[in-house]
Amino acid sequence: MKNIQYIVVGIFFGLVLTKGEAISWYRMQEMFRFESFHMFGIFMTAIPTGAILLFLIRKAKLKTLEGEPIEMPIKPYHHGVVIGSLLFGFGWALTGACPGPIYAQIGGGFLVTIATLLSALLGTWCYGYFQKYLPD
Amino acid sequence: MNWIYEPWPWYVAGPLIGATVPLLLLLGNKKLGISSSLRHMCAAILPANISLFKYDWKKESWNLLFVVGLFIGGYIGGSVLANPNPVAISENTQNYLSSFGIQSNPGLMPNELFNWQTLLSFKGFLLMVVGGFLVGFGTRYARGCTSGHGILGLSALQWPSLVATASFFGGGILFSKFILPYILAL
Repeated sequence: MKNIQYIVVGIFFGLVLTKGEAISWYRMQEMFRFESFHMFGIFMTAIPTGAILLFLIRKAKLKTLEGEPIEMPIKPYHHGVVIGSLLFGFGWALTGACPGPIYAQIGGGFLVTIATLLSALLGTWCYGYFQKYLPD
Repeated sequence: MNWIYEPWPWYVAGPLIGATVPLLLLLGNKKLGISSSLRHMCAAILPANISLFKYDWKKESWNLLFVVGLFIGGYIGGSVLANPNPVAISENTQNYLSSFGIQSNPGLMPNELFNWQTLLSFKGFLLMVVGGFLVGFGTRYARGCTSGHGILGLSALQWPSLVATASFFGGGILFSKFILPYILAL
């Protein structure tokens, strides 16, 4: 099956998020109240690790497994970066989950968070529906 | 063999999360981003002629396989290798939550809040249904979430991702401070 390797990376990522407690509602409350270093430690080691490895990939001009040149991600600015992220932050505080953890929470045994996933799908769909009426 | 049930410290989890970014790029120029999966599912299930959902989602099927993996990884980490002890949150947070009757039981989420009965209550509706809606709506509006902006975008030194990260952290902090206490008290 093509692309099967991405399931494996997904399993790895889900396992890390779960065992690192980054999908825990408790940990998110603690983070938003600045009462522990745990989640900040995760972000503050994840980002430099990613940044250094991306720098090395660029420096060594590495190619993908299929031999294509690696394209670095570009994230253009638009106002939705602020407005959308604020709304997402509210939802993150409520659910204790950003999109990745929603899946891992369901897998982790909290089947009721299927409701969170379905609502997130509805939210995404509604954004698509109303996009043309909203400031970009 | 008890160690395999223990949670992983931040200095193990953090670098492994960061290493996923170059791993996906090396495997096939794939960009870490999980909120995109919600978009692909909308495009697959109910595109409804909406321009945001009019594209060939099958070309992005790797992303859907990735989230299938997340679900399995969550099952392994949260069920098979579940930590038998409560999440070791700080005493301050424990005291704060227990003032709302939320105890630190084993499991990654409080059972008192996240169960099928509370889903039908106003409180559970706000926490799961409204919360989930805001996550889906907000991340698509921002074109990225904690993974796409917070981890991938910042690793690639993209300043708009820094704006996004500051905004969703800011949103979470403000909401937790000023609004969530009223919801937890319901």
